Amino acid sequence: MRYSFLSKKIVAVFILISGVLSAQEPEGEKATGAHDLRTEIKEYIDHHLLDSHDFNLYSYTTDSGEHKYVGFPLPVILWDEGLKIFSSARFDHGHSVAEVDGMHYALYHNKIYRTDAQGTMHFGAHADEQTHSEIAFGEELVVSDAHPTNVKPLDLSLTKNVFFILAVGLLMVLVFRSMAKKYQANGMPQGLGRFLEPLVVFVRDDIARPNIGEKKYKKYMSYLLTVFFFIWIINLLGLSPLGVNVTNNIAVTLALALITYLITTFSGNKNYWKHIFWMPGVPWPMKIILAPIELLGTFIKPFSLMIRLYANITAGHVVMMSIIGLMFIFANWIGSTLSFALAFALGLLELLVAALQAYIFTMLSALYFGMAVEEDHH
Amino acid sequence: MTIPTIVGAGLIVIGAGVGIGMIGGKAMDAIARQPEASGKIQTAMLIAAALIEGIGFAALFAS
Repeated sequence: MRYSFLSKKIVAVFILISGVLSAQEPEGEKATGAHDLRTEIKEYIDHHLLDSHDFNLYSYTTDSGEHKYVGFPLPVILWDEGLKIFSSARFDHGHSVAEVDGMHYALYHNKIYRTDAQGTMHFGAHADEQTHSEIAFGEELVVSDAHPTNVKPLDLSLTKNVFFILAVGLLMVLVFRSMAKKYQANGMPQGLGRFLEPLVVFVRDDIARPNIGEKKYKKYMSYLLTVFFFIWIINLLGLSPLGVNVTNNIAVTLALALITYLITTFSGNKNYWKHIFWMPGVPWPMKIILAPIELLGTFIKPFSLMIRLYANITAGHVVMMSIIGLMFIFANWIGSTLSFALAFALGLLELLVAALQAYIFTMLSALYFGMAVEEDHH
Repeated sequence: MTIPTIVGAGLIVIGAGVGIGMIGGKAMDAIARQPEASGKIQTAMLIAAALIEGIGFAALFAS
């Protein structure tokens, strides 16, 4: 049977409207229930996207109302007049004050502050409000935009993100090392090497060689391969239910962009610096104007690498978690199904974005390296 | 979220959408003219789209 286009449109609009209408709650006590659900979802999203000092797969509430976590605590390493190393189980997921060597530390919004034995946090507000102190946990904190003024020790601890960076690094070393050894034994790769070989050849032939040139691309291949696979694997892990969002953290992308900037700067030859400071082929007033702009450009290009990767991945995660939260707010059949379908489609798009962002980062890094080692061709 | 912020965010998204849409349109024209170069054209299109989207996201985060 063939339905006309008009009837299909009417059915689609009807489904959408019914989905939207079913989201409205009746007035009265049910409205406060929805409000609590919304703030709870917001807290869950915020907590999910931040780093944490222990590694939890998931948590659940047992029948007796106890909150149980499945995971293990990670070590906390602080530098606060001496090196202090202790397990983050002492924080008890933010519910207790850790006492180490006579000093007390407490977690507030996933950051460690030095407090006293009760866990008092002093909040400084903006200039016209008074400062006040609250106990960090136990009750609702009413502070809206005040920030804590407790002393923060230098936090070098092994958080969830650091743990996963190390784990992915180890995984990459093991996989690629075994692949290289198999190349020495036979000529052909076996097993996982068969999947990785076209990718490695793709990075070499489509990213490194056209951008850096035939003679000099080999020096940079190791960094380009590392960055490509690292970013791709980390982005994919961010989408998995493990709940690690490494590239969600602007410090990680800052580190990657910084390494690109350092390699570009240290491998720039005379031609590169001449093009920045004294661009040939333009009249001399323009040369003086162009020099600071080009110098700023050398900083802005890796900066844009950092922002691009961070913003793409973070925006994708936030939108996806918001849509999944929407599934709980529409607590009925039509709205939740539509939200789930949207979240599923968005998840597929996120898979594409994970691979694409790794490719773009690697390609732009190769482009910058190519510009740095370019020979004079006048 | 004040009104100017919301209007600014909408303008940013319009700008990014128009840019990527134009790139996509020109890429479709180019592929229609020469189907055997579609691989290279697709690669170039994705690179340009990612650059434009980078600016769009940076502006969105700054707003």
